[in-house]
Amino acid sequence: MSWEWQVFCQDTITQEVGQSCFGKNGDITYLDWMLSAWGWTVSVSLLSLVIALVVGSFIGTLRTLPDRPWIVRLGNAWVELFRNIPLLVHIFMWYHVVPAIFPAMKSLPGFVLVVFALGFFTSARIAEQVRSGIQALPRGQRYAGMALGLTTFQYYRYVLLPMAFRIIIPPLTSETMNIFKNSSVAFAVSVAELTMFAMQAQEETARGVEIYLAVTVLYVISAFAINRIMAFIEKRSRVPGLIAASGGGH
Amino acid sequence: MKKHLMAAAISVLALGSTLAQADDTLAKIKSTGSVTLGVRESSGLGYTLGNGKYVGFHTEMGERILADIQKQLGLAKLDVKYQPVTSQNRIPLVTNGTVDIECGSTTNSAARQKEVAFAYTTYVEEVRIAVNAKSGITGIKDLNGKTIVTTTGTTSVQTLRKNKRADGLTFKEVMGKDHADSFLMLETGRADAFVMDGSILAANISKSKNPNDYKIVGEVLSVEPIACMLRKDDEAFKKAVDASIERQIKDGSLGKLYDKWFLQPIPPNGVKIGLPLSAATKNAWEHPNDKPMEDYKVE
Repeated sequence: MSWEWQVFCQDTITQEVGQSCFGKNGDITYLDWMLSAWGWTVSVSLLSLVIALVVGSFIGTLRTLPDRPWIVRLGNAWVELFRNIPLLVHIFMWYHVVPAIFPAMKSLPGFVLVVFALGFFTSARIAEQVRSGIQALPRGQRYAGMALGLTTFQYYRYVLLPMAFRIIIPPLTSETMNIFKNSSVAFAVSVAELTMFAMQAQEETARGVEIYLAVTVLYVISAFAINRIMAFIEKRSRVPGLIAASGGGH
Repeated sequence: MKKHLMAAAISVLALGSTLAQADDTLAKIKSTGSVTLGVRESSGLGYTLGNGKYVGFHTEMGERILADIQKQLGLAKLDVKYQPVTSQNRIPLVTNGTVDIECGSTTNSAARQKEVAFAYTTYVEEVRIAVNAKSGITGIKDLNGKTIVTTTGTTSVQTLRKNKRADGLTFKEVMGKDHADSFLMLETGRADAFVMDGSILAANISKSKNPNDYKIVGEVLSVEPIACMLRKDDEAFKKAVDASIERQIKDGSLGKLYDKWFLQPIPPNGVKIGLPLSAATKNAWEHPNDKPMEDYKVE
């Protein structure tokens, strides 16, 4: 097995290796293409992450509201709906089935669909973590807030959520890394991201091993970058003496 | 403990080098009495019926090649093993010795010839355009501003890119996950045209709910020679395979085989693909050669 890394400097139309590995005058090399594919992967992942965090926190919080059984049930239904459908099926539902019922949806680009599908899918998992974070807090914290005369919104905002989010940062880190990896399903609805690049470029160049290795490295870099950012947030937001991470006993 | 590790490492290395040296496929077939045929699971030229049964034009042609080789080697019994391959793994499986000969839908190209060898071209694929019959599209010039679908991981994507550049067209590209997915996009109107190998288009149309709703139109966008793939630098084996292909062309059995798979009803549904023998394929049969795609020109 011999390596041939020059494949990335090849032009995507003529298959010739140019002087520079970046194409000029509108020519595109495989390296250019891979970097743009990486851009798509990162865009899909970050936008989905924003949706997942916002929707997930909201739904997760709703599921812990006291004396609101219907809102709690609605939240549970959301989580079970999105958690129990495989991601790929989920995306095909939005891409092929929903437009058959509402033709207006057909004009929606695949990118938007994937961002929402991946965002909602992950929001169900984040909602579950937020709920468990809130429920892990001693009941006394909620009561203390109530006793101080805070409204429901206020004691969630100032007492419960700041604590709950600190507790769930480690599983949240896994979830954000998962988003990067799950974004590979976007190729199924024609988003030109890394997995699609890998499948297409290895066919055109017959250098599958090099292409897949490079793509793997890019996925690792992206996921690891997110991992480091989350670790930084975890460290900065730590309040000494509040959470078990400080090493205290019971 | 260390000694054991060392011994294990050495034996693994030794095994690796014997595998690397085993490029005399004929000798390997003779000594083991078995051969591995690489086949496709869902392509126009080879597909599976389930339960480990593989059929199709190129699959059956491969079986006949192996029967001829059995005769040549004077083996009483030859055990043919089938190994399904995909576009991603077919070249590594041939070069590492898992598969001895792959007869599926592999395009003979100059880039691939650096890694593997190809037998004589037995099918010439033409990349065409399939559209909805009512759309009024008759050729690539009508595709300006339209949405075109093709399948990820195929050479058609490249063909489309070249045409886009050459003709200065501005069309929108979408890519299906597989051929069925791409055809679904044409069916549901998400795409106006499906650009793909003619045999795949014909097969998908013949299997659709209303085959009359679709037609293949316009010019041939690209021509690609399809051939069986073998290990490189194994002259004796290549000669034996090529001789068998020449025999099949000369005595007309390859023509009959084509008729069986493209013009007669085929399993599992008993539909007809209805794709007559193209002039390009006929020409390749009349002048057997193993020229790569780059030597073919679109007329």
